[in-house]
Amino acid sequence: MSELLISQNERVLTLTLNRPQARNALNNVLLEQIVQALEAAQQDETLGAVVITGNARFFAAGADLKEMASRDMPATLNDPRPQLWARIERFNKPLLAAVNGYALGAGCELAMLSDIVLAGDNARFGLPEITLGIMPGAGGTQRLIRSVGKSLAYKMILTGEAITAQQAQQAGLVADVHPCALTLEYAQNLAARIAQHAPLALQAAKIALRQAHELSLTQGLQQERQLFTLLAATEDRQEGINAFLEKRPAAFKGR
Amino acid sequence: MTFIVSDVQNGVMTLTLNRPERLNSFNDEMHRQLAQALTQAERDDTIRCLLITGAGRGFCAGQDLNDRNVDPSGEAPDLGASVENFYNPLVKRLAALPKPVIAAVNGVAAGAGATLALGCDIVIAARSVNFIMSFSKLGLVPDCGGTWYLPRLAGRARAMGLALMGDKLSAEQAQQWGMIWQVVDDEALSDTARQLANHFASQPTFGLGLVKKALLASETHTLEEQLDIERDYQRLAGRSEDYREGVSAFLAKRPAVFKGK
Repeated sequence: MSELLISQNERVLTLTLNRPQARNALNNVLLEQIVQALEAAQQDETLGAVVITGNARFFAAGADLKEMASRDMPATLNDPRPQLWARIERFNKPLLAAVNGYALGAGCELAMLSDIVLAGDNARFGLPEITLGIMPGAGGTQRLIRSVGKSLAYKMILTGEAITAQQAQQAGLVADVHPCALTLEYAQNLAARIAQHAPLALQAAKIALRQAHELSLTQGLQQERQLFTLLAATEDRQEGINAFLEKRPAAFKGR
Repeated sequence: MTFIVSDVQNGVMTLTLNRPERLNSFNDEMHRQLAQALTQAERDDTIRCLLITGAGRGFCAGQDLNDRNVDPSGEAPDLGASVENFYNPLVKRLAALPKPVIAAVNGVAAGAGATLALGCDIVIAARSVNFIMSFSKLGLVPDCGGTWYLPRLAGRARAMGLALMGDKLSAEQAQQWGMIWQVVDDEALSDTARQLANHFASQPTFGLGLVKKALLASETHTLEEQLDIERDYQRLAGRSEDYREGVSAFLAKRPAVFKGK
């Protein structure tokens, strides 16, 4: 049985982390498989959005500690993982995380790297690296503080203590909380709603949103306007506006 | 010592608080044993109802004060620690248990013993029983969920009166105020509670668990949020085996045989 299950329903691709014996720990092989699945999805015009999920008890409970323990300082310096994470981040279509159970360490970082997080009411988010004598190494210190603010980010990272789905929602880490048994289904429904929109508009909006964390407001507004202008050259923009005015569903073509 | 007697029969787990010479008051070991029994109740799907009662003439007299540092010259005890480590997890676990929890209050319920009972889903009390909110008389605050459950069960005015005065409340008064489900004659208590527990153990447990969860969630939700919960839980309930069985039994005019799933 593969450690990453891949299934497609219409325009939505679902990636299911499937290493239950290792609590879905994200080892290099699994991370590589995620990257490959996303890069294939990026080329596939029939796909509009991707949902990544785990099982009812674990989204992903961290990195693979045995793998990490075997890497000394020189090996860590040349670790392929940062490249893998960067390739996940370059995925240019909407990426949703449906998180049930524990999203810890690398699991939490993977959720935070996703564009939208939906959580089951049993979900827990945490960065317990500090308790192992290390620290988050794949965006944990950077993305957490940008979504939940200073005090909670410091508290979580310096204590290693996890927060509940409800706390995560209040803090802005999570968009919606659902009963655990419905999280994936609702994430897939949301992904399907997103995936029916014009692909280029989604791609442009995602670039603009990503840049909000990279640029000053003035630069961000300029970038936003350029992307907005770019879309003015697309057929789908015409179709979208026409369909609205003619009160009919739009038929987007991705150009 | 066995401070918690656990007995599982026909889908009912009966937990008897068992320190009768101390009116079943809690000490740390009794808390640990109760926590262990709850773990079994949580994991074992064949257990479809939990019944809690007391051995001897009391239900539970709350925290055993003999375990407390009352030496006026000594350091102040940290009562928050036992609330954090024992009472709070207990209240949360009983509330989260996706199956009905019955309290058969057989005798005096004082302090955390009273508030523990009030946190159960169905409370049946013997007619002679009193609930005693004794905390304030010692200078303490109702714990074991007391300050949350009391105003919700009795209304703020009665909750304030009960909690500030620390007097006893008769089972009959508690029932009249809508705080407990039923009062029965002392000698009928055990049979009534057992009968109800057996009934629950044959019912659609998955659905009952969702009913309980939805009602508890409503305490903090807006109408809109709660309507979403109803949609979600109904969606889940509609996918249960028991729902199909319930409908086909109804249409076939035969008694339903529920599996709890």
